[in-house]
Amino acid sequence: MVPLHWYLLLSSAVFVVGVAGFLTRRNIIIMFMSIELMLNAVNISLVSFSRYLSDMRGQVLVFFVIAVAAAEAAIGLAIIIALFRNKATAHVDEANEMKG
Amino acid sequence: MNGLAYPILSTLIFLPVLGAAVILFIGRNQERLTKWAALAVSIAVFVLSIPLFTDFNRMTPLMQFTESHAWIPSWNITYFLGVDGISVLFILLSTLITVLCVLISWNSIKTKVKEFYIAVLVMEGAMIGVFSALDFFLFYLFWEAMLIPMYLLIGVWGGPNRVYAAIKFFLYTLVGSVLMLVGIIVLYSYAGHTFNILELMTKTYPYRMQFWLFWAFFAAFAVKVPMFPVHTWLPDAHTEAPTAGSVILAAVLIKMGAYGFLRFSLPLFPDASKAMAVPMLTLSVIAIIYGAVVCLAQTDLKRLIAYSSVSHMGFVTLGIFALNIQGLEGGILQMINHGVVTGALFLSVGIIYDRTHSRQISDYGGLATVFPLYAAFFMVFTLASIGLPGLNGFVGEFLIILGGFTASKWAGVLAATGIIIGAAYMLWLYQRVFFLETNQKLVGLQAMELREVITLLPMIILVFWIGIYPDTFLSFMHPSVQNLLERLNTGGQEVTLAGKIAEIIK
Amino acid sequence: MDNYLLIPFLPLAAFFVNILFGKTLIRDKSHWVSLFAVVCSWVIAVMTLFEVIGGRTVNRDLYTWIVSGDFRVSVGFLIDQLTAVMLIVVTTVSSLVHIYSIGYMHGDKGYYRFFAYLSLFTFSMLMLVMANNFLQLYFGWEAVGLCSYFLIGFWYEKKSASDAGKKAFIVNRFGDFGFGLGVIMIFLTFGTLHYAPVFGSVNGIVGKTVDFLGLQVDLPTLIALLLFCGAVGKSAQLPLHVWLPDAMEGPTPVSALIHAATMVTAGVFLVARCNPIFVLSPPAMNVVALVGAVTALFAGTIALVQNDIKRIVAYSTVSQLGYMFLACGVGAFSAGIFHLYTHAFFKALLFLGAGSVMHAMAGELDIQKMGGLKKHMPLTYWTFLLASLSISGVPGFAGFFSKDEILWRAYASGPLGHLLYAIGALTALLTAFYSFRIIFVAFHGKFRGTHEQEHHLHESPKIMTVPLLILAAGALAAGWVGIPPLLGGGEHFAEFLAPVVGHAKGEGTHAEEWATMITAVILGLGGIAAAAFVYLRKSTLADTVAGRFSFIYRLLWNKYYVDELYDTIIVRPTFWVAKNVIVGVTDGKIIEGIVNGVPRFIGTLSSWLRNIQTGMVHQYAAVMALGAFVVIAIVLFW
Repeated sequence: MVPLHWYLLLSSAVFVVGVAGFLTRRNIIIMFMSIELMLNAVNISLVSFSRYLSDMRGQVLVFFVIAVAAAEAAIGLAIIIALFRNKATAHVDEANEMKG
Repeated sequence: MNGLAYPILSTLIFLPVLGAAVILFIGRNQERLTKWAALAVSIAVFVLSIPLFTDFNRMTPLMQFTESHAWIPSWNITYFLGVDGISVLFILLSTLITVLCVLISWNSIKTKVKEFYIAVLVMEGAMIGVFSALDFFLFYLFWEAMLIPMYLLIGVWGGPNRVYAAIKFFLYTLVGSVLMLVGIIVLYSYAGHTFNILELMTKTYPYRMQFWLFWAFFAAFAVKVPMFPVHTWLPDAHTEAPTAGSVILAAVLIKMGAYGFLRFSLPLFPDASKAMAVPMLTLSVIAIIYGAVVCLAQTDLKRLIAYSSVSHMGFVTLGIFALNIQGLEGGILQMINHGVVTGALFLSVGIIYDRTHSRQISDYGGLATVFPLYAAFFMVFTLASIGLPGLNGFVGEFLIILGGFTASKWAGVLAATGIIIGAAYMLWLYQRVFFLETNQKLVGLQAMELREVITLLPMIILVFWIGIYPDTFLSFMHPSVQNLLERLNTGGQEVTLAGKIAEIIK
Repeated sequence: MDNYLLIPFLPLAAFFVNILFGKTLIRDKSHWVSLFAVVCSWVIAVMTLFEVIGGRTVNRDLYTWIVSGDFRVSVGFLIDQLTAVMLIVVTTVSSLVHIYSIGYMHGDKGYYRFFAYLSLFTFSMLMLVMANNFLQLYFGWEAVGLCSYFLIGFWYEKKSASDAGKKAFIVNRFGDFGFGLGVIMIFLTFGTLHYAPVFGSVNGIVGKTVDFLGLQVDLPTLIALLLFCGAVGKSAQLPLHVWLPDAMEGPTPVSALIHAATMVTAGVFLVARCNPIFVLSPPAMNVVALVGAVTALFAGTIALVQNDIKRIVAYSTVSQLGYMFLACGVGAFSAGIFHLYTHAFFKALLFLGAGSVMHAMAGELDIQKMGGLKKHMPLTYWTFLLASLSISGVPGFAGFFSKDEILWRAYASGPLGHLLYAIGALTALLTAFYSFRIIFVAFHGKFRGTHEQEHHLHESPKIMTVPLLILAAGALAAGWVGIPPLLGGGEHFAEFLAPVVGHAKGEGTHAEEWATMITAVILGLGGIAAAAFVYLRKSTLADTVAGRFSFIYRLLWNKYYVDELYDTIIVRPTFWVAKNVIVGVTDGKIIEGIVNGVPRFIGTLSSWLRNIQTGMVHQYAAVMALGAFVVIAIVLFW
């Protein structure tokens, strides 16, 4: 039996990779993948807690997260394509229209 | 429901909105159809509003044509409509003015025609709503709803500086309204969770509360009137608005401020109103003289008429805060008069603006030679505006000055000086536009169309009617004003006629 | 008398017919409509007069005009002796002016408009004199002012004409300001505006005082003086006389009808009508008398040096109106009305005569450019002469009887009366002098205009001279209804009016009466003789005198600089304040400064704050991560 804290360490490691990726990379696709990493890190911890506490609700929540992530990926990719069409780049610093 | 087979007020509010919805589905290129549809709707609404005039019981101060339905029961919000002698005339004025606005815009609106008429009709519904709502929540809803079409009318179809004017108008009024909203909520929570205006009127409020609420409501109403010193949105809005916008603004919108004082401030806060009468009279007198003097320095036709509105509305507030029967009735009548006369003046300016595209007085001169009929119309409105006896302006102004003089001799005397300056600026305007050598640019312009004559004719009739036989209109007001005064004089005491009314309606 | 309603409403109907159809249908026939209406009014007015003489009066309400609380006023008609006299004056002069205008205005492009306005004026004036309450009086009062505005500015393309019309209206508004407040005071005092109850209970206010703008004022005095403000404006008395000379810009028939015979006398009518209030207040009466006397003298002096024929007659009107107020002020209301009535004839005649001259001279007004007109236009000359004799108070003519009555009543009224008499008698001298100055300068001597003008000189057509002749008959004989007992008459006029205005007070011996009369006559004849001497014999004398006293001459020539004074102290400062203070500072800087300043401040604030809104996703994310770290740290380690 793998102890719980191993899973949690894995989860936080994946999460940190995600955060670091999101903060340092400039390509939107990569940043997107970093977000997916963070979401999955959370999923790992949810599943492991669910198993540890014998409560199925954690796993149910994971399904929701996966579904939302899928939806988000669809919309996000659409936005990226729209951006690419306008700017011919996937570089995030080019997209600063929201500058006040 | 006073024997009418249908809920007349709801019909009047929602028929224009419905009409607007129908126009929404007319094709964009079918402008003629759009116009005729708008005209048909506005005329239908006007015709339907006539029973308010004929079937109104002039013997009672009670609310008439009432409709009451639960709307949001959990917050005790009802859909409660009704009219009394103070409000009924304004509804009639609104329905009439809308018809004229549709007519006057026939050829002058060339872009986004469909949207224009939709805005006008929605506006009409909201205006009628304001005058007939008897539930504070509902009232506030209409009050704010009215801003949107007006904002669009100025901002989309206005003159060169329209955006500035529209935003100024919107923000100015919104700032005032928000304070009123706070006041409404305070009332709601103090008076046992009711928005029912008639019920609120039966309660007594401590003086300190009355005082603060009076000023909160004042913020909303004074901006709308507009009273000195919060009047500066009016010249901009009037000047930049399209003709129909100016007419609605002048004839109906700015009446809502004064109406608010009559409907809410006075009966809800009688003690504060009495205590604040002197500052209010002072502000009114300042507005009368200040507005009149400013007119002497104007070079823009619409701006001049706009400032004259400040002066005339000063008379109205003077009458209201004279807090006696002549002042109040004169004030109400003067609101109608001002709506008719200033509305007509803006309609007239619109007619000539369509031809010359200039608002500068110096671009005119000698119009009486070129447009004799138009000059005659304008002369009648000018004379009505300066209060010539036999025309409508006189009756209102005389009653107001009589009331004002009774309340405070200074107020009466100073207000009367406004009439001298009024004659000066209006006659000077008339001279510069219509007399003197004919400006060559004006030669050969198209004469007045039948449509334009028809637009001005109802106003002429009203000018003479109210001037010669004002009793038709004054008789609407007597019981309601009497009742209002009773409420004022018995102060906050429980037993008032308003209390009985509320019971009867329940 | 039951058809008395037709008297005002026939002209009103004529107005509507002409204004609606005149331009398209009736055109150069529009005089028929107006003339028919006014002549019918005249006929009914004459019948009414006889019924009133027979002792019948009418006081009837037509309908309730305004009701508000206890304020209630009707549209109603009062026909008593005073009204009957006014009806005759108004309809007679109006009819004659209508006839005259057919010739005078012939060919004018505003022909129909002119007759429409004349009808409207006649209606308004009749409403004014027939009112049975103060508010309707006020209606007529403003309405005649409006017609005056229309008719002065009839040739509206001329700047001077439209300026003059505007000036007349606005100056009158100053007077009406007081009048309106007077009406309000009457209502607040008596609770009604109808003559009968007000005058019936008027004695109840004797000795009462009222707080008016911080002053304790005697109530009757206050009301009387406020009402008198209106009279001062309408009747062009000091200090509101400035509009009347300018009003001569209007067509001459209008000057005759409105600015000589009828409208300007409304002030006198008002004072006479309100005599029950005025007599309660000796101070107010003295003010009325003094204003009248001073105005009479003041305007008379100005008339001495003017060259514009219509302006001379206009100042003469102001002066004669002063006489009427003088009479009212000493309590001789009937004498004031008597002078009003005779003045209507000879002054209308003077104006129409002047119009006839202008007609011949192609609009020329300067008497220095006339001369010798006598042989070219004999009818005009003889009628003009007759009117001048009448106004100069030559015995036997209408003006003599009324002026004599006024001067005698003034003298008899007491110590102040002696002073008033002196001023009045001096004015009589001036009146004769300037009236005959016109005669001698314009009608005698050699023609001094251009050749072209001389070539065109002609007598006016019959349609214009017939009214002159009728008026001349009036100027001669109208006074015979009021011959004083001293000269063997019965003072019928004063007796007739006595039920309304009472009898004049004041006693005097026959010797005094003779003395005052003879003095005045001598002064009048002296004025004529002086004018004859100066302008017929020594035509250089006038210039010499003017040169010697050039300061006084310039003062008179410039009408005492009153217009300039008003321009400096009222008109300019008002415009200056409007432009530089209100638009420039309070509205432009202060209020708009705040209104635009608040959003500008918020804008500045937000433009500073928006620097942190970089649009860089990374920075947002970094801040968010940092924030999350801080929050977690706090939760874990606090």
